[in-house]
Amino acid sequence: MIPFSLQKASSVGDAIAAARAGARYIAGGTTLVDLMREEVEQPDRLVDINALPLKRLQADGDDLVIGALVTMSACAAHPDVKRLQPVISEALLEGASPQLRNLATMGGNLLQRTRCPYFRMLDAGCNKRTPDSGCSAMDGYNGNHAVLGTSSHCLATHASDVAVALVALDATMQVLGPNGERTFPVEDLFRLPGTTPHLEHTLQPGELITAIRVPGGRYAPRARYLKVRDRSSYEFAVVSAAALLDLENGVIREARIACGGVGTKPWRMRACEQALAGRPADRSSFELAARLSLAGAQARSGNKFKMELMPATIVRALELARDVP
Amino acid sequence: MAKHHVTTTVNGDPVEYLCESEQTLLDCLRDELDLVGAKEGCSSGDCGACSVLLDGRLVCSCLVLGVEAEGRSVETIEGMAQGDELHPLQRKFLEHAALQCGICTPGILVAAKALLAKNPDPTETQVRYWLAGNLCRCTGYDKIVRAVMDAAAEMRGA
Repeated sequence: MIPFSLQKASSVGDAIAAARAGARYIAGGTTLVDLMREEVEQPDRLVDINALPLKRLQADGDDLVIGALVTMSACAAHPDVKRLQPVISEALLEGASPQLRNLATMGGNLLQRTRCPYFRMLDAGCNKRTPDSGCSAMDGYNGNHAVLGTSSHCLATHASDVAVALVALDATMQVLGPNGERTFPVEDLFRLPGTTPHLEHTLQPGELITAIRVPGGRYAPRARYLKVRDRSSYEFAVVSAAALLDLENGVIREARIACGGVGTKPWRMRACEQALAGRPADRSSFELAARLSLAGAQARSGNKFKMELMPATIVRALELARDVP
Repeated sequence: MAKHHVTTTVNGDPVEYLCESEQTLLDCLRDELDLVGAKEGCSSGDCGACSVLLDGRLVCSCLVLGVEAEGRSVETIEGMAQGDELHPLQRKFLEHAALQCGICTPGILVAAKALLAKNPDPTETQVRYWLAGNLCRCTGYDKIVRAVMDAAAEMRGA
């Protein structure tokens, strides 16, 4: 690892001041330490935020407020999460390993870097790692890359599972920065690659995620997260779907769907949702709606199978959500 | 750059060490404290050979900076046996021949201990999912899973 200086922040103000002066935040370290060892990330200054009071998870009425430093395992096991939004627990437990879930934080999970192999291969072109160095996935290995939101500069997917559930749940982020606090949808944290895939999120310099707020809704518990992958645990999604249904006498009042593994960011499927409103919650409605997920989708040589797997995963996730006892 | 002075507890003993920012907890255990039971496998959090308990929670010590151990409690494989008396998990690993090359073994034992602390009566599926973050390239896992199940039964007094 390339040497760097490290300071521990004792207050949120401390941390933001350090970040404004050029330090990178480090929390669980499961992405950053790994990438620093690979020299994909080379920060010369880190500010350790683990001592900040952002570890609280609480219910506020039917809403959940999840501190940014709550670990994945603590969030998944929290009784209020299991009671109010079990789909969050489900998505979290489908990700990583016990070791990683014990370290990784909820804020860090959202900001994790892509698992595109070329991002970590320093001798391969990768516009996300090194702007204007080219995209090796474009005509190389692209078997697990995105079909939605891609550009001629980048095909990499966002790897988080729980972000997919949070986007479907209309969760919001609370961030604090040099210019004060702001709140915005989790969905708006992520940028499309366009011509600048190295810019992945919309946080301003120095801004710190403080909490994630999940609004209570009519959905829980009729919500499921389905993850399709190459083995049954400890693997990133090939395609995943969070499906939420509000039903009345077998008819869909409202549906919400987001997918992972298919987009350059967690992908909300609004056209599918609209097509489901007012329809019976049966397989033919699900199949009809799921086909709309393909609008604008573009496959490369290796990931054409996702054009079938994505709608099939959505259908299955909707069935699982409908059939929650 | 100036070294960090870290005061921590390892296997119940108070310990101090000096480390650079870029030294991981695994580096500190092995290179500063001569506790070489935790192994460096992948160094990227994938293989679990470096597993230790940090404040009772199972983590990959290769992803934790050494300075993060300040004021915490670390438990490693070296603290598992009580003197000459092996932990039941260690004994059962020997009885079942649940290891071959042994590189993954310390991490798996620490991980299994963490599982049994929170779930004394796991199903085989629970054992397999819990150990998903500990890779073994020799055994095919079957003997490992059987050893953990057997140790759990013995520890429950079954």
